[in-house]
Amino acid sequence: MAIPGGFWSTLSSPLVRQNPVTLQILGICSALAVTTSLDTALTMAASLTVVLVMSAGVVSVIRRHIPSTIRLIVQIIIVASLVIVIDQFLQAYFYDISKRLSVFVSLITTNCLVLGRTESFARSNPPLPSMIDALGNGLGYSLVLVVIGAVRELFGMGSLFGYPVLPTVDQGGWFTPLNLMLLAPSAFFLLGGLVWAIRSLRPEQVEAPEFEAPAVSEERA
Amino acid sequence: MNDLFALFLRAAFAENMPLTLFLGLCTFLALSRRPGTAVGLGIAVTAVLAITVPLNRIIYVAVLAPGAWAWAGMPDLDLSYLSLIAFIGVIAATVQLTEMVLDRFFPAIYAAFGVFLPLLTVQCAILGGSLFMVERDYGLAESVAFGLGSGAGFAVAVIMLSGIRARLAYADLPDGLRGLGMTFVLAGMMSLGFSAFAQMVAS
Repeated sequence: MAIPGGFWSTLSSPLVRQNPVTLQILGICSALAVTTSLDTALTMAASLTVVLVMSAGVVSVIRRHIPSTIRLIVQIIIVASLVIVIDQFLQAYFYDISKRLSVFVSLITTNCLVLGRTESFARSNPPLPSMIDALGNGLGYSLVLVVIGAVRELFGMGSLFGYPVLPTVDQGGWFTPLNLMLLAPSAFFLLGGLVWAIRSLRPEQVEAPEFEAPAVSEERA
Repeated sequence: MNDLFALFLRAAFAENMPLTLFLGLCTFLALSRRPGTAVGLGIAVTAVLAITVPLNRIIYVAVLAPGAWAWAGMPDLDLSYLSLIAFIGVIAATVQLTEMVLDRFFPAIYAAFGVFLPLLTVQCAILGGSLFMVERDYGLAESVAFGLGSGAGFAVAVIMLSGIRARLAYADLPDGLRGLGMTFVLAGMMSLGFSAFAQMVAS
């Protein structure tokens, strides 16, 4: 059993320092696809966090009984069953949002983040720390989704959660919506900018250059 | 025939898997450092997509779709909620078989693929292909064209990106942008380019 301080660092380090999306390149597909508006981003983030915590718990509880040769298949089956439950739940209670998310809820099954956490942490740790680690990673993922979703909806449609924040021109206001924000390229640019911002603040995350530029000598210059 | 070719082109360019639908981005970003691995990855993704999408379509229509058991006297049975598990099973089996065939008959290619052949099981582009096939109600011939097209689109995108990144290794970028950050910006620019294809299909 880890000490409470250990719990806090397991929970908080994936938020920025070890963020799964911006540092470990996990689970990016859905992070970009569902962020055209804040409510879909939030639904997706919540679904993924629930699936992540539950699957980490289940895998961790039965970790001594899974033969390592078929562990991937067992883990995928566990995750897929949980995703089916979440998908049916969303279709029953949030039909509009689940229609707009289309296949992306089902694609949580193949989200590398879920499999990455079960494979690297839950498989070798007791249930409680695994679930806390999963919760931390889920929250780190949610943070990125909410930031990008908020920026895209605010500047793309002038609204947040569908409520107008910046009055747009066609409603008599002054704000011209930036349609590019709703298209695919802007998601890449925003995430690239976010990575740049985080790495400027935390230089230890910067990747080592593959090739060192030769220093220009003073005489030649 | 024309329709199938149009579907192939649409799947490859206008609805490019990584650049406009954001599917398969993890391998797209992680394995595009060198053109050599990117070519291997592109071929593997195309092959697996072209096999699994029609196969899953057959299974879906014969077993899972609403009313598929009408001949057995159960017209109301709807097993479509099980499609996720069935698709994943088919994909895992196909990847495993591909791996065994390559290992047995083409050991050189098998060695070149290395670790990322088994990883295709959990790649969202491949599962996404099967899920889109169900959502858009493609026929058998259409799903072959769709699987081939989206695989070819993935291959084109990943090979292009790896070519640019190989050159970029010598560029003098700001520290924070080096590596992942710049790759996102590059993918964004390529995505802008591919958006133009969508306009061409629409007009």
